[in-house]
Amino acid sequence: MTELTCIVCPRGCRLKAVRRDDGTIEVTGNACPRGEKYAQTELTRPVRVVTTTVKMAGGIHRRCPVKTDGAIPKSLIFDAMRQIGRVTLHPPVRTGQVVLKDVCGTGIDVVATRDLS
Amino acid sequence: MYDLIVIGGGPAGLAAARAAFDAGSRRILVIERDHELGGILNQCIHNGFGLHYFHEELTGPEYAGRFIRMLKNTGVEVLTDAMVLEITPEKQVTIVSRKNGYQVLSARAVVLCMGCRERTRGAIGTPGRRPAGIFTAGAAQYYVNIMGYMVGRRVLIVGSGDIGLIMARRLTLEGAKVLACVEIMPYSSGLNRNIVQCLQDYQIPLYLSHTVTEIKGDARVEGAVVSKVDKNRRAIPGTEMPFDCDTVLFSVGLIPENELTRRAGIEMDPRTGGAVVYENRETSVPGIFACGNALHVHDLVDFVTEESRLAGTEAAKALLPRAPERELLLRAGDGVSYTVPQKIRPGRVEKSAGVFFRVRRVYGKSTIRVTCGGETVSEFRRERLAPGEMERITLPAALLNRARDSLELSIEEEKS
Repeated sequence: MTELTCIVCPRGCRLKAVRRDDGTIEVTGNACPRGEKYAQTELTRPVRVVTTTVKMAGGIHRRCPVKTDGAIPKSLIFDAMRQIGRVTLHPPVRTGQVVLKDVCGTGIDVVATRDLS
Repeated sequence: MYDLIVIGGGPAGLAAARAAFDAGSRRILVIERDHELGGILNQCIHNGFGLHYFHEELTGPEYAGRFIRMLKNTGVEVLTDAMVLEITPEKQVTIVSRKNGYQVLSARAVVLCMGCRERTRGAIGTPGRRPAGIFTAGAAQYYVNIMGYMVGRRVLIVGSGDIGLIMARRLTLEGAKVLACVEIMPYSSGLNRNIVQCLQDYQIPLYLSHTVTEIKGDARVEGAVVSKVDKNRRAIPGTEMPFDCDTVLFSVGLIPENELTRRAGIEMDPRTGGAVVYENRETSVPGIFACGNALHVHDLVDFVTEESRLAGTEAAKALLPRAPERELLLRAGDGVSYTVPQKIRPGRVEKSAGVFFRVRRVYGKSTIRVTCGGETVSEFRRERLAPGEMERITLPAALLNRARDSLELSIEEEKS
């Protein structure tokens, strides 16, 4: 049995996950279906959304906040940081604008999370 | 003469201004000290905001951006780079700004949305030298996320508040080694999800019942000593652990910012550090309202938004004179450290009144009991309660109308 704290929402349910004989995973302790899904993913292929900043060339700020537009494998977080770190943006930037396509071959884009002039 | 002046353009001020507009106010002014709206959300680049209010997970700048866009085409005026010096009970607001110089503006209602400040090393009396490399977690967050400066390479984090946890992950992602997070209490004051995704994900140890007892270094931090503490939070000799760090971050609590509130003679609550308010977030001075982290420190911006929308809506209709009204006092009983609001006027409650509160310690399966004159009038069950997680109950109007003088909230833990 594995004990997990769900990170889907601030409630932070304490989950218990048991691997059945047929290989499937039984989850208890979750207050909603998202907790079940979180535990399943966490025990098979853990993923996280990465948020960081990229360099701005000009504009009112030196950095622009960005995020992966979906969760990427946990094992690729530091590789993703290196790739994102090579990006430079020019103003104006719009929220949701793609700043890096398909980060680390995950199929997930990195997008800006604010407007910057 | 403005209908409403909102002091502060962070999440509380933005929501209050929009709600007042929705409720019919037209001449609204938002005054912001920074050069742009958004407040602390601008530097909170991580996700996790908006799950309650927008039912989706947003980053801080995205959450702020939505509210900034909501003010577009409303005619709400915004004055940035402006500092409010004083508010009077007559609702005259004194402002200085580079753009307009010294100004005194009047309003029919004022909403106080100044947010909060971080407690510092000095506030907790940490011994040791005073070299460079010691920051509050939020200051470090501003340097890294807004200015693009790295604060250090080997970092010790004191306190396990959410900002400290978030910065542990942020600095790790940017290449620093975060050696540990130390918390003087036997439990963390941060959200469980942040302990998992900010510390455990990166194998950063969390030392509970520990605190920093020495900071070394002359020009720059050259190390720190962490000691275990006893149940009275005193360092236990012989338990010292040295840490080879060049940076120490403090995430040791937040203090509502209320210099203006106090100067206006508004009644304060020493437990929250904010004003005493009624169910509609009106303070002891009629027509002056308070909400968000200036009223009491919230864990989630979603609740700040909800509270500030209430304050803004009520401020928009605060202009009508009223006869004296019956008041109920809300008391914090066993296990409860404070409630917001502190007072309720049942005559103003349409369907129900929400009550925010915090508990004094960690509880397992418990009952939140509401009593009136020693008699239980309502009960709410919870699987778990913790001081780091603000709780909320809803009291129906019928209950409030029946109640006399005061209601008391207390916690009773089930015996296991």
